[in-house]
Amino acid sequence: MSAGAASAASPARSAPLLTVEGLQMRFGGLLAVDGIGFEVGRGEIFAIIGPNGAGKTTVFNCVSGFYRPSGGSIRLDGSEIAGRPGHRIARAGVVRTFQNIRLFRKMTAVENLLVAQHNQLDTSWLSGLLALPRFRRAEREGLARAAFWLEQVGLRAHANFEAGNLSYGQQRRLEIARCMITRPRLLLLDEPAAGLNPQETRELDQLIRRLRDEHEVSVLLIEHDMSLVMEISDRILVMEYGRPIGAGTPAEVRANPRVIKAYLGEE
Amino acid sequence: MAVQEPSPRTAATTTTATTADSTLPLKDAGLAAVLTGVLTLPLLGNHLIIDGTKTTLVTNYVPVLIAMALVFVVRLLRGPLDRALAAIPRPRLPAALGERQGLWLAALVLAALVFPFVAARGAIDVLTFALTYVLLGLGLNIVVGFAGLLDLGYVAFYAVGAYTYALLSQYFGLSFWLCLPLGGLLAALFGVLLGFPVLRLRGDYLAIVTLGFGEIIRLVLNNWDSLTHGPDGINGIDRPTLFGLTFTKRAPEGHTTFFDFLGIPFDSQYAVIFLYLIALALVLFTLFVINRLIRMPVGRAWEALREDEIACRSLGLNPTLVKLSAFALGAFFAGLAGCFYAARLGAITPESFTFIESAVVLAIVVLGGMGSQLGVILAALALTLLPELAREFSEYRMLVFGLVMVLMMIWRPQGLLPASRPRLELPQ
Repeated sequence: MSAGAASAASPARSAPLLTVEGLQMRFGGLLAVDGIGFEVGRGEIFAIIGPNGAGKTTVFNCVSGFYRPSGGSIRLDGSEIAGRPGHRIARAGVVRTFQNIRLFRKMTAVENLLVAQHNQLDTSWLSGLLALPRFRRAEREGLARAAFWLEQVGLRAHANFEAGNLSYGQQRRLEIARCMITRPRLLLLDEPAAGLNPQETRELDQLIRRLRDEHEVSVLLIEHDMSLVMEISDRILVMEYGRPIGAGTPAEVRANPRVIKAYLGEE
Repeated sequence: MAVQEPSPRTAATTTTATTADSTLPLKDAGLAAVLTGVLTLPLLGNHLIIDGTKTTLVTNYVPVLIAMALVFVVRLLRGPLDRALAAIPRPRLPAALGERQGLWLAALVLAALVFPFVAARGAIDVLTFALTYVLLGLGLNIVVGFAGLLDLGYVAFYAVGAYTYALLSQYFGLSFWLCLPLGGLLAALFGVLLGFPVLRLRGDYLAIVTLGFGEIIRLVLNNWDSLTHGPDGINGIDRPTLFGLTFTKRAPEGHTTFFDFLGIPFDSQYAVIFLYLIALALVLFTLFVINRLIRMPVGRAWEALREDEIACRSLGLNPTLVKLSAFALGAFFAGLAGCFYAARLGAITPESFTFIESAVVLAIVVLGGMGSQLGVILAALALTLLPELAREFSEYRMLVFGLVMVLMMIWRPQGLLPASRPRLELPQ
């Protein structure tokens, strides 16, 4: 895969977007994550794989600010973000999806996207209360952006549906759109293909690629679907029991005996 | 007591089926009856007879036996009774009025504007009282209905507003119209001060802390004698004026009465109407503000937060700030209501701000339908006007109140008029 080779080389050219070093997360006596380090370059699709309970989601929770890591550093564009509150990290441009989709189920698809624009819209109470032109223009622009992203994920026709009434695959796509509308620099996808049928997985594959190519976002994803991971990832980190057991391009990972033994060998 | 057991048991076993299962309800009913006997013995079994200066204790077991028999029978027939109750058709109430809710609201406002000029003085007074609760209900609706935060100490902010006006008027002679925004802002400030440390709590925990906060405010007011005059409260609070015109018979120094100004004879009816109109104006102002807010990003953020706080955080919304805005805004309207309350009565004591007030306002919100403004208004009117209309039954007020709440939770937990926030739609 030529794009993969180019991206693998890119971290050397420019500073990486996300740098994780010596990440450690301890829950009481349990070391859930120990000594994890990796770099996500600009425009790169980076995957973390590993058996269940390997600590992948814990890494995600540390990067997205839901956990305060017990040790190590997480730098976004050179500045330390480890231990910062989740909403601050999100504002810095790291936005995530969830393994068990967390949409605002009682709100419509378009309203989900409007909530996500909270920090971009005009939230001044005065202009809102008086419905000043400034406020109305901001609302119009917000709606237009929402329409654009619904179009991007193929949900334009479902704009006014309650999110909870959408199909599973549609909910997954809406959640990704909701992330993208915040204009993130790094998109974290936690098992985006879980529960999707092969057709939907293929569409997701294309969507993720398009996000990277057209919207200049780097992607860090956790996934169990090997076909998806091997297809779209530029580089892969393999974890087991909270520790890294291998890293590299899909081809390298596939050839790594430790990885085969721990993970792929079981298939 | 135990001696009484065998006869009904044998009687019942002969009538019901003789399978092993049938003895289970019997045992259960018997146990319940015995328990009833034990519990009611001291209360129903003993009677104090006061005859002049002589007081005697008379024991009479008949009421206890009646209670036991009742419990036994009801408990035994629980299955058939439940089935019979389930067969009773449930009241069909209109579903969400949706778009037409605005129309109803407009009609209601129009009626409210005409009302004081055609109604009797007493009726206006009662409705003014009811409007205070409408205001409180609308304010708490922001916190509970929109943001989904359970606040059991809402009365604290009501008290802050009332005491703000009472104290500022008493010590500094500030006018009602100046104190009204001050009272609201101070209540909002208290909301922020309380909210900042506690809004990270959820559900039950938040409810308990706010409950405690409500009590703290009341106790401080009750015990800070030098400032608040303790349990005696504050009397002689100035009534509101209309651009400096008073509604009294004789104007205090430096003021003119409304009647002298217009050259009409004194009539206390005008003062009542004036207070009513102030209350109505406050309610309309509140309605306007809330109706704008729920269409603004902050309104969407409240609903989103109520649905999923974690998702909100992952999208860059600061949950504490969003909650705080709802909390402070709710407190602000309670502060306005408090100011008005102090001005209307002219006298306040800490006893006006007990937990039961918080409970009533919460009941208004739950009864009306969380997030539904028309519902909250109707519920506030119902819960304040009905007891006034049926004064003879005032002793049973709490009983009926409780019954209504239980029935509501069974049949219509979403409230009388459940409503959702107006949605921004994307044209297809």
